[in-house]
Amino acid sequence: MFRGIIDLKSLWAIGAIFFILLILPPILPRFYTYILALIFVTSLLAMSLNLVLGHGMIFQFHHGVFYGVGAYTVALMLAKTSLPIWVGFVAGPVAAAVVGLLIGWFCVRLTRLYFGMLQISLGSLIWAIVFRWYSFTGGDDGIHGIPMPPFISSLNSAYYFILIVLVICMIALYLILKSPFGSTLEAIRDNPQRCEAVGVNVRRHQLMAIVIATFFAGIAGVLFVVLERSVFPDLLFWVLSLEICIMCLLGGWFTFAGPMLGAAIMVALRTFVGIFTEYWTLILGVILILLIFFLPEGVMGYFLEIFKPQAKEGAERRGE
Amino acid sequence: MEIDLAALASQLVVGISRAMILFIVCAGLSFVLGVLRVPNIAHGSLYMIGAFSAYSIAMRLFGGSSAGFWLALILAPLVVALVSLVTERVLFCHLYEREHLMLLLFTFALMLIFGDLVKIIWGAEYRSVSAPDLLRGSVSMFGASIPRYNLFLLIIGPLVAIGLWLFTNKTKMGKISRAAAVDREMVGLIGINVSWVFAAAFVIGCCLAGLGGSLVAPTVSVTLGMDHTIIIEAFLIVTIGGLGNMWGALVGSLIFGVTHSFGVLLWPQFAIVFPYAAVVIVLLLRPRGLLKSVW
Repeated sequence: MFRGIIDLKSLWAIGAIFFILLILPPILPRFYTYILALIFVTSLLAMSLNLVLGHGMIFQFHHGVFYGVGAYTVALMLAKTSLPIWVGFVAGPVAAAVVGLLIGWFCVRLTRLYFGMLQISLGSLIWAIVFRWYSFTGGDDGIHGIPMPPFISSLNSAYYFILIVLVICMIALYLILKSPFGSTLEAIRDNPQRCEAVGVNVRRHQLMAIVIATFFAGIAGVLFVVLERSVFPDLLFWVLSLEICIMCLLGGWFTFAGPMLGAAIMVALRTFVGIFTEYWTLILGVILILLIFFLPEGVMGYFLEIFKPQAKEGAERRGE
Repeated sequence: MEIDLAALASQLVVGISRAMILFIVCAGLSFVLGVLRVPNIAHGSLYMIGAFSAYSIAMRLFGGSSAGFWLALILAPLVVALVSLVTERVLFCHLYEREHLMLLLFTFALMLIFGDLVKIIWGAEYRSVSAPDLLRGSVSMFGASIPRYNLFLLIIGPLVAIGLWLFTNKTKMGKISRAAAVDREMVGLIGINVSWVFAAAFVIGCCLAGLGGSLVAPTVSVTLGMDHTIIIEAFLIVTIGGLGNMWGALVGSLIFGVTHSFGVLLWPQFAIVFPYAAVVIVLLLRPRGLLKSVW
C-alpha cells in the first residue's frame, strides 16, 4: 500500500531517469529506441489498468478492449477521413472512455469475479465485431500503413512524442491517486461495506475510476498507432488483457510505478527471449509461476520491502 | 426472407451437437469453478491436449482404425487427467489460500506453458482424426442430410449430463464435493481431507475437458490456438448459465451453439457475433446468469 509523498531523493531519481531517456535516441541503435518507445506505450497501458486493479481492486479483466478501441478510432480517422490530426488524437481516448462508460455501467452492478466475467463477455463482443467487419475495420488483417503527420513521422520524433505524453499522463495519474477521489477509491478497495456505510457512493466511484482508466488506455492506444502505424484485432483479444494484468502483478500492483516496471520486463522478455527461442510464452509462464510462489507483491513491492522498511510499517499502521 | 426448412433443420442439429461438445467442456469448467472457486483458464489447454492425445492414439498408434478412435475416446481423457493431477499436486494445491486474482493468473501461466508444450510435442501443423466407420457418412432426416457423427454427439452429451448428475447427487464423493463448494471449512471440520476433495474435483473437471477435446477431434482440424477459442466461449457459457451450475452450463451451451448455427444461416460473415450478442442480452437481463449459482 505504498503511496509515499514525493521526497527530494525520488524527485532527483525521476529527473535523472527522464534526462537519460531524453538523450538516449541519438545514441542508441534504431531497434532499441523502438523497444523503449514500445515499453513506454505498454507502461501507460499497464498503469491505467492498475488505477482500477491495484488501487480499486476492480477486476478489470478485459482492459485491452479499451486500448484497442482507442487505437482503432484514431487509425480509422487518420486512414479514412481527412480531419485534422488532433481530432483523431482526441477522439481515440474519448471513444475508449465512452466504451468504458457503457461496459462499466453494466459491470459495476456486479462484484469481483462476476464483474470480470461480464466484462470479458462484453469485450469479446466488441472483439468479434472488429474481427469480422472486413469492410470497416479490415477484419483480421487490421489496418496498416496509417499516414502520420511529419512532426511524428520519424522514429525519434515519435519516441519523444510518446515520452512526453507518457510523462504528462503519469503526472495526471499520480495527481488523481493523491486526490480525495483516489483516496476514496483505495478506501473502497480496503473496505467497501464501511465506505457504503459512511455515505460513499461506491458504484459511482468505481464507474468513474473505470472511465478514467479507460481514457488513459485510449491514450495508450493512440500512442501505439503513432509508433506502429498499424492496428490489428489482437489488440482487443483477451490474451493481451490478461498479459496487462500480469504486468501489474509482476511489477507490484500496490505500488504506483510497479506496473511500469512490469511492462518493461514483459516487453523486454518478449523481445529478447523471442530472439533466442520461439517458446517465449513457456518461459513467461514459468517466470509467472515462480513469481506467484515467491514474490506475491511483485518486483517493485519486493524492493520497497527491502529498501524502505518504514514504508511497509507505515502501510501496516494505516491498515489497522 | 425465405429460409430453406431442410437447411434450417440440419443447421439446428449441427448447432445442438456442437453445443454438446461445449457442454462437456463447460460442465468441467463449471465443476472446478463451483468446488475450487477458480476460473481455470488452462481448461482450454487441457481440451487441446485431449484433442492432440486423441490424434496420437487414434492415428499414430492405431493408424486410423475404428478401434483406435474408441480407445482414444477413453485414453485421451485419462492422459489429461494425469496431467491435471500432477499439476494440482505439485503446484496448484499450495495456492488455495491466495487471492482469487493470483489463482486466475496462475491458471493463465499454466495455459501459456501448456500451449508451448503442445507446440514442442506435436508441432504447429494441422492434424486430423478420422471418425470410425460406424460414424462416417450421413443419414437423411427431415429432408436434410445430417452427419452421423453429429447424431453420435447428440447421444453422448445427455449421457455425460446424466452421468455427472448421478455423480454429484448419488455418490458420496460427489456429495462431499458439493458440500465443499458451499462451505469448505465445515467440510474440513468434520474430518474430510479437503485438499484431496479439491484434487479429485480438479481432475474430474479437467478430464471432461479432455473428453470434449477427443470428441471434437474428428469434426475439426486439431491445431494450436484451439485453446484460446474454446476457453473464451466456455467462460461466457458458464457465466450466462450461473457460475458452477451444471444445468446452467447445458442451457448456456445450447444458447451458444444454436445462435451460432442460426448466425451461419442468416449472416455468415457475422456468425461469430450472434452467440456473443446472445450472451450480452442474457447478461443484461440476468447479470448473475440464468440459473442459480452455487456460491
